[in-house]
Amino acid sequence: MCGVIGLLIRDQALQPQLGSMLVTMIEALDERGPDSSGIAVYADDRSGDPPETGRVKVSLGSDAPVDWNRLTASLEGRFGPTLRPHAFGDGLVLEVPPKEEDALNAVLAEGWSDVRVLGTGLNLRVLKDTGRPSETCARFGVAGWTGYLAVAHTRMATESAVTVLHSHPFVPTRDLCVVHNGSFSNYATVRRHLIAAGVRFDSDNDSEVAARYLAQRLEQGDDLEEATRWVMKEMDGFFTLVISTASELSVVRDAFACKPAVVAETEGYIAVASEYRALAELPGISTATVFEPRPEEVYTWSR
Amino acid sequence: MESLNCEDLGTRLVNQRLRALPDGGHARLVQPRGRHNLAVGLSSRISIEIEGNAGYFVGGLGGNRDGTGPDIIVDGFVGWSVGENLMGGSVRVRGSASQSAGASARGGTIVIEGDASLRAGISLKGASLAIGGDAGAMSGFMAQSGIILIGGNAGHGLGDSLYEAIIYVAGSIDSLGSDAVITEMSDEDILTVKELVSEAGFDHIDPTGVTKVTSARRLYHFSTHNHGAY
Repeated sequence: MCGVIGLLIRDQALQPQLGSMLVTMIEALDERGPDSSGIAVYADDRSGDPPETGRVKVSLGSDAPVDWNRLTASLEGRFGPTLRPHAFGDGLVLEVPPKEEDALNAVLAEGWSDVRVLGTGLNLRVLKDTGRPSETCARFGVAGWTGYLAVAHTRMATESAVTVLHSHPFVPTRDLCVVHNGSFSNYATVRRHLIAAGVRFDSDNDSEVAARYLAQRLEQGDDLEEATRWVMKEMDGFFTLVISTASELSVVRDAFACKPAVVAETEGYIAVASEYRALAELPGISTATVFEPRPEEVYTWSR
Repeated sequence: MESLNCEDLGTRLVNQRLRALPDGGHARLVQPRGRHNLAVGLSSRISIEIEGNAGYFVGGLGGNRDGTGPDIIVDGFVGWSVGENLMGGSVRVRGSASQSAGASARGGTIVIEGDASLRAGISLKGASLAIGGDAGAMSGFMAQSGIILIGGNAGHGLGDSLYEAIIYVAGSIDSLGSDAVITEMSDEDILTVKELVSEAGFDHIDPTGVTKVTSARRLYHFSTHNHGAY
């Protein structure tokens, strides 16, 4: 199983409701993925920094208990007030100037091997946790979050372990998120090719391979739709993929559409979910255009 | 008439209460909120109205070998596999249906007033499936017997590996699946469509203007011509 969710807010007035809409959707897909979950939320930088000088938000998480206060204190000495740390779920989000990102990664790799970067982005924060997704939402007050775009995943693991680091979304590069319902059969082969090309992996998860392949294609100059077509061509298996960038949301299904997906389009928002019941309680759903994405067709919506 | 609140009772209790109804009974299900497995495995001649959206398998495994069973109306959308393995009675969906509507259904009638998504009528085994709107790709896949009526357009791969089920399409067909062919309509076919159109209440379908799709039966037997492929 697994549940996938994408929510793109187009009516600015709905941005404060992003979190509550998201929780409605996650709760409905709780039983599709009871072992773990992940949520990525995009919000315009509250500090008002223009994107070119904006700080990179680095979302950290861990499968081991981490003393986040001690980590913050030790990093503040090195990175000073630019760090702007704040708790996010069980983890921590740091904000550093883009040029400091490598230095931050180096410090973490050296002294904090349990801590992993769950995702980075100018507008993106990422939360992952094991356990019932609905309980995770309640524990961390997800209903109160604001933003203009979110993807989320409720996981029923089939291909790899149930841990924070194996949870979706995978964020292979800044502001790019991938969540997946399904399973890939040739992922070990594709991963070998990517590793040979210098790509680094955080887990042995099959979905991470699709995410990193997508990122490689984007880096080589493909637009999101082209890159997604390459994923369809190279990756063999069953999938509904929900993909987000800082300004786009997209969904694609395999040739047999083995895994479910439903889209609701309104003037105010675009919502994608595994099942209609995740959309049924959204505001204005009765007047939404509701449809199921066709197999092998890439659907993309922009902000 | 019994009114059952799905939120309060939960799926299991709702189905137990439905099962306890005698022939001629009537129940209304409120607050279904897209819940799965509603009104499944019922054999009594009862009528059920579901006020809202239902999830996967609604009305599945219902009815008896003699074609009798519950009559279920869903006033909303339904998820995958509405009326799966139906034996008798009927399921009517006022909205649209997700994938695999009427999968493996052996008897009874399934009516989708809106559109049906992919693989509608997959492996149909004798039931009648009437879709008012469009049907998605791969509909009628390996359907063995029974009738599929599509009031709108059919997606790609219609009737792939079809056995003896018959498909009637009022609109266009994106493409036929392997071993599916368009066959001439007979007077008997027109009568069959007329009856189903009237049962479904689909005034928009002209029984004389539909396209009939059947199996070419080329996949039934091994052909020495294909020996090289093995």
